[in-house]
Amino acid sequence: MKLHEHQAKTIFADAGIPVPDSRLATTVDEALDAVDEIGYPAAIKAQVHVGGRGKAGGIKIATDREEAEEYAEEILGMDLKGYTVDSVLVEQGVDFVDELYVGVTMDRGEGKPVLMVSTEGGVNIEEVAEENPDAIAREHVDPAFGLHPYQARKVVYEAGVDADVALDVASILSTLYDLYEENDASEIEVNPVMITSDRDVVAADAVMNIDEDALFRQPELAEMAQESYEDDLERKAGEYGFDYVRLSGNVGIIGNGAGLVMTTLDLVDYYGGAPANFLDIGGGAKAERVTQALDMVFSDENVDAVVFNIFGGITRGDEVAKGINEALEQFDEIPKKVVVRLAGTNAEEGMEILNTDLVEVEKTLEDAVQRAVKNAEEVTQ
Amino acid sequence: MSIFVDDDTRVVVQGITGGEGKFHAGQMIEYGTNVVAGAVPGKGGQEVDGVPVYDTVDEAVEAEDADASVVFVPPAFAADAVFEALDTDLDLAVAITEGIPTQDMAKVNKRLTETDTRLIGPNCPGIITPGEAKLGILPGNIFSDGNVGLVSRSGTLTYQVVDNLTERGIGQTTAIGIGGDPIIGTSFIDALDAFEADPETDAVVMCGEIGGEDEEQAARFIGEHMDTPVAGFIAGRTAPPGKRMGHAGAIVSGSGTGTAQSKIDALNDAGVPVGDTPEEVADHVEEFL
Repeated sequence: MKLHEHQAKTIFADAGIPVPDSRLATTVDEALDAVDEIGYPAAIKAQVHVGGRGKAGGIKIATDREEAEEYAEEILGMDLKGYTVDSVLVEQGVDFVDELYVGVTMDRGEGKPVLMVSTEGGVNIEEVAEENPDAIAREHVDPAFGLHPYQARKVVYEAGVDADVALDVASILSTLYDLYEENDASEIEVNPVMITSDRDVVAADAVMNIDEDALFRQPELAEMAQESYEDDLERKAGEYGFDYVRLSGNVGIIGNGAGLVMTTLDLVDYYGGAPANFLDIGGGAKAERVTQALDMVFSDENVDAVVFNIFGGITRGDEVAKGINEALEQFDEIPKKVVVRLAGTNAEEGMEILNTDLVEVEKTLEDAVQRAVKNAEEVTQ
Repeated sequence: MSIFVDDDTRVVVQGITGGEGKFHAGQMIEYGTNVVAGAVPGKGGQEVDGVPVYDTVDEAVEAEDADASVVFVPPAFAADAVFEALDTDLDLAVAITEGIPTQDMAKVNKRLTETDTRLIGPNCPGIITPGEAKLGILPGNIFSDGNVGLVSRSGTLTYQVVDNLTERGIGQTTAIGIGGDPIIGTSFIDALDAFEADPETDAVVMCGEIGGEDEEQAARFIGEHMDTPVAGFIAGRTAPPGKRMGHAGAIVSGSGTGTAQSKIDALNDAGVPVGDTPEEVADHVEEFL
């Protein structure tokens, strides 16, 4: 789960990390009120979960009120790589002489958190990692002990940060690690940390991603997660408690188990179709879940046809079949053709229960996917 | 033969009095697994399906000589339950629980370097040696005894591939779901190594998915250390970067590491054919045998 920049910065500021003065604005008037308070230059920054916002035109620096109005009008409501910008962060411009990268993330291969520092801040760090991996200093943290303060200093010196600001940067890094632990973050990143001409150190950007599996013990962050959904269908999936990802195709997909649902998506693509979504109804799903899942895909206006693929282990085919019948019997006319394939536990009972006036039935995964792809093609022709 | 579990394995079920634990303990017993004890704090002295329940894993091991555990404990308490299993020096702990916070698993992972106990999972369907023992939630009826080893990050995808094999009369030595989390106990390499050493396993199926670099490392291991032929499958070819595809570990990073293509290429480089469909995986296995 990704927090917005303004949410992460609030958390940073509360922990004592220096951040520029800023206000959140959802209208041009609010943005202008904000710059009146903050002064110039002011950065107007789109609050969307998109990397490379600056390059895409989502961050502009205003030097006077006229520019502030122009940029706020331009950015609010703009489409940034498929996401609509609903709010901007209006932030005091920082007069900087140097930019650093500082981050904490989980190294899944090592099973340990890792601190990362680079003097090549302000640019895409993943490109730096690829082209010049030595430009990033790394230090693994033993999760049983937590961070020893020397480790933060060591990695900062190793990265070649100027000596006069090194301890301030190490202090930010230490605090970031504490935040990483306290908030069950999966990733925290400040890119850039700016060094001002007065040799002050400021966190100019903030990325903070939270482990979704830990939200049960992070109630405040769970609330922020609700605010940070950017897609109505993803929000709805969150309410239903489904694992859901929206894609750009027109074949809706419902299945059980992440690996099998991914495979179903891949097969739709393999047979010439385009998947509209990933939707995992999870293990042991009963009729009600099935109804909710169909509601999800039917609400996606991009969907032209649906494939419903269940391999029952703990999920029972007869339960799923009942759910499909119940969901579809509510319609005078089925909104989109549904192909069903049931296998595993009680699949045969399920097949008998399915109302074949309402759905098409296939025996194998490959056949079911091909039929759904064909159904979708027929709609678009 | 088999790997990791057989009909001598003596199982304690942690969380046996909960809904999932009770149901699946029953299923495991029905399959013929030696479920010798349950362990649930505060429920010592009770019985579930004739299985005695103890307050701690330690007591269960002491009284019933258990050597393996299956963890059906909710995410908030699961890491603690795994620590309990590891600290009791069992041979094997299988963590079924989905949704354990990653930072908890990092601590478990650290403990694993200090113990001889093998951990399978978490967020996995478990392990089955057909006809002998089942530790987890896999539907026993779809598996059959045979000579193919199977290791997978996903449960239902495993069932799909097993189904494709069964239709051709191909059975399994052991099937293991290693789990879909970013930090897990038993890795592909651990399972492949054990299958390579098992004289009864004539071929192996490895089902991977996007995220991390475990499949790439496994591919190198296969190329360098395995004579047993391996057929591969990789799920998530169509997954967009930065999106978690159900499993906590199934995510292609923004910079493009962990893609299906990188894993398929690595496997192909190691001489492992990768099926475009589960059916094709079964074709490859059939060619090996």
